[in-house]
Amino acid sequence: MADPQMVMYDEEFRQITLAIEKLLREANAKVIFLVDKNGQLIAGCGETERFDTTSLASLTAGNIAATGGLAKLIGEKEFSILFHEGEKDNLHISIVGGRVILVVLFDSRSSLGLVRLRVKKASEELTGIFDRLMKKAEEKERSGIQEFPFAEITDDDIDNLFN
Amino acid sequence: MSFINYASREINCKIVYYGPGLCGKTTNLQYVYQKTAPEAKGKMISLATETERTLFFDFLPLALGEIRGFKTRFHLYTVPGQVFYDASRKLILKGVDGVVFVADSQEERMDANIESLDNLRCNLKEQGYDLDKLPYVIQYNKRDLPDVLPVEELRRELNPTGVPDFEASAATGEGVFETLKAVAKLILIDLKKGR
Repeated sequence: MADPQMVMYDEEFRQITLAIEKLLREANAKVIFLVDKNGQLIAGCGETERFDTTSLASLTAGNIAATGGLAKLIGEKEFSILFHEGEKDNLHISIVGGRVILVVLFDSRSSLGLVRLRVKKASEELTGIFDRLMKKAEEKERSGIQEFPFAEITDDDIDNLFN
Repeated sequence: MSFINYASREINCKIVYYGPGLCGKTTNLQYVYQKTAPEAKGKMISLATETERTLFFDFLPLALGEIRGFKTRFHLYTVPGQVFYDASRKLILKGVDGVVFVADSQEERMDANIESLDNLRCNLKEQGYDLDKLPYVIQYNKRDLPDVLPVEELRRELNPTGVPDFEASAATGEGVFETLKAVAKLILIDLKKGR
């Protein structure tokens, strides 16, 4: 298959949440999201309840995919940072560790320079966490540990979803 | 690829509706959206042109319920069907867990169906997927129109491998949920096997 399965465990989820909460404070941002390149929301902090996070995740991934396609057309590997400037709020979107998208929403209480600086630092930390997460998932798969309850689902379980 | 989150006990899967231009991919999603309870669906997003042709994708998140304590979510996407949007179609196939091929049953669209199916196979291959190994179903849409080909003929041309297939008219909703259920079921069975 094209990509390894994305898996998230409690321990890494806590570390990730701590890392983005720190970034939220240090960058003076309003909201931060981490999104899988396939458009699935991984984590978020700040004023998340004000936003339709599922749509935001899907559109961000679409945006990164489209600009990635553009990058390839001009012979670049990818554009690792995107910046969208609005009247009040701005979006700073960057790729972390090659596969995860970090979205920082900020207004005039912060600045692009500050966000870029803090994002760079946080990205290193997040890359480390995601590397460990991928390794852990691979090891678990290799060793045959199957914590995933889907191995035991029955046809009835599946049918019940649609009733 | 599906995303399994043990921390929030969620599993997310991506379903892509593929097919030639104007075959009814967006109409499928619109019907699902209309008929799904508000608490089970998110906002439907359509990135379309001014003439309502899909430009990039449509997106509909569905939360069907729980299996063994895991919230099961399906993210439904359509691709733009028009031939010249091929670059966008490739992007949307990234990370796909299951595919619905929506065929237009009208006689004059047979060539477009075949071309789109070839294109699907080719675009998947480019990303390291094999259509024959993916959860995959076919929908023969627009059965309510007068000049449609018999299902046997469509099946012969478009479904040589005998994957689950369904007759539908997405505009009235007939066959829409049957198709969605079938692909969702195949994805879950695939997950059960642990890939």
